[in-house]
Amino acid sequence: MQYLLSGITTGSIYAIVAIGFNIIYNTTGIINFAQGEFLMLGGMISISLCSVMPLPLAIALAVAVTAAVGYCIELLFVRWIHNPTVLRMVVMTIGISILIREIALHVWDEKVRSLPYFTGNEVTSVSILGARISPQILWVLGTCALIVVLLNLFYGRTLLGKAMRACSANRMAASLCGINAGRMVTVSFMLSAAIGALAGCVISPMTQTQYDCGTSLAIKGFTAAIFGGLGSSSGAVIAGLLIGVIEAVSISVLPLAYKDAVTLTLLLLILVVRPSGLFGSREAGALKEF
Amino acid sequence: MLRIRNLESGYGSLRVLKGISLHVNSGEIVTIIGANGAGKTTLLETIAGVVAASSGEILFDGRDLVTLSPERIVAAGCSLVPEGRQVFAPMTVRENLVLGAYIRSGREGKAAVAEDIDAIHRHFPILKERDGQLAGTLSGGEQQMLAIGRALMARPRLIMLDEPSMGLAPIIVRGIFEIIGRLRAEGNTILLVEQNAMASLGIADRGYVMETGQIVLEGTARELMENHDVQRAYLGKEYRSIGEGRG
Repeated sequence: MQYLLSGITTGSIYAIVAIGFNIIYNTTGIINFAQGEFLMLGGMISISLCSVMPLPLAIALAVAVTAAVGYCIELLFVRWIHNPTVLRMVVMTIGISILIREIALHVWDEKVRSLPYFTGNEVTSVSILGARISPQILWVLGTCALIVVLLNLFYGRTLLGKAMRACSANRMAASLCGINAGRMVTVSFMLSAAIGALAGCVISPMTQTQYDCGTSLAIKGFTAAIFGGLGSSSGAVIAGLLIGVIEAVSISVLPLAYKDAVTLTLLLLILVVRPSGLFGSREAGALKEF
Repeated sequence: MLRIRNLESGYGSLRVLKGISLHVNSGEIVTIIGANGAGKTTLLETIAGVVAASSGEILFDGRDLVTLSPERIVAAGCSLVPEGRQVFAPMTVRENLVLGAYIRSGREGKAAVAEDIDAIHRHFPILKERDGQLAGTLSGGEQQMLAIGRALMARPRLIMLDEPSMGLAPIIVRGIFEIIGRLRAEGNTILLVEQNAMASLGIADRGYVMETGQIVLEGTARELMENHDVQRAYLGKEYRSIGEGRG
């Protein structure tokens, strides 16, 4: 039970990262490999701010600042690529992720930091089904659930959400419908940066934040995004949780060092066997470009 | 309504349009015929703002479209149904139509959009049946109807259709041309690009013949249909049958 719960916790973190991938994927059809850096930035900024202001305000500001960073990335880099092929965008976002990491190294050095626990402290625990867990886990799960519900409403019901999906499906056709594709890309970068930053804050008390913590999270989140079927937030959540649980179980069976190997093997297996993801509809998968 | 003067455009250093001049009057169907690679699609894409013009002017109700973005051109009332239909494949038929009205939704609200979707359903009953289906799963003819319906949702004053018959079975092509005729009867103005010269001259008022980026011939649809060069090159008639027709 304890394994299951710790798996669900790490899994929900992966799920939030995967959702961030999906947001940008849904408008641009590309994978933003700097997604992990948004989490790191959110965590770092809120840690720096919370010494001078109350925690909720620090988190809100960190989310806003990271969204602004997302906006700048779009404005400075993404917008200038006139022919955004998948490969170009991938190379560029990897470059941006390295850039952000190096800047973070200069600003915050190599020290590992963390936010205080939202409720209680590191020894507080609540008992659920016989297992003792930190209340922070409930914060993580709750945030994850809230984000998924809101995003599903946003993409399914609002015109802006639909317009963002239209840009992903066919950018030229979207602009022929009068949709300003460039603005949709900007919005998606801000949104995914904001969600990444929020996730970075929520997990910081448990996982700690360091200048390069984004990369490993990004890889796990990417696996979850692929596993769940690119573009589907509910798929990402289920896949994220599954991966978390599989990892937790693997630790109990195999040496700890194999944890990441298990995830990556899983990623390769999915890409070979079911590229449309476990929960992505084959029908929709066949209609996507990447 | 639309008046184009000395329009030039292309891709990079490749000049595709070499000084095109044409006009479309309100309420007309004007067709542009020509072989593959003559620049017909480029012409429509330049009017729609997808391809940038390098010189010349495109006056739409007296307003120059050359410098405007595709979004602004749609908002000005000039919509393109692109070649190959380009529906939003992973979205439902209804969502496609709703997005067609994107520029109006802010001003006019959901009720007006829903009303227009009903109007589109009257034109294309099949789209009502397929309402919740993903657009990518429709047949070619259904996708073409959806693409036309989506463009109509913006309430354009000029509709440009790029090869609406491409890749469709003859019976479906006939249906599509019937729809185009009906659209005109409702007062729409249509600029139609087609390789199927016979069918498009059949419903058009006037036509232009395009060859390697230039207009080589213009006239009423009837004049063009009776022109021997057009008959030979685009209507598939043999020299001999033309001669016999004359005799």
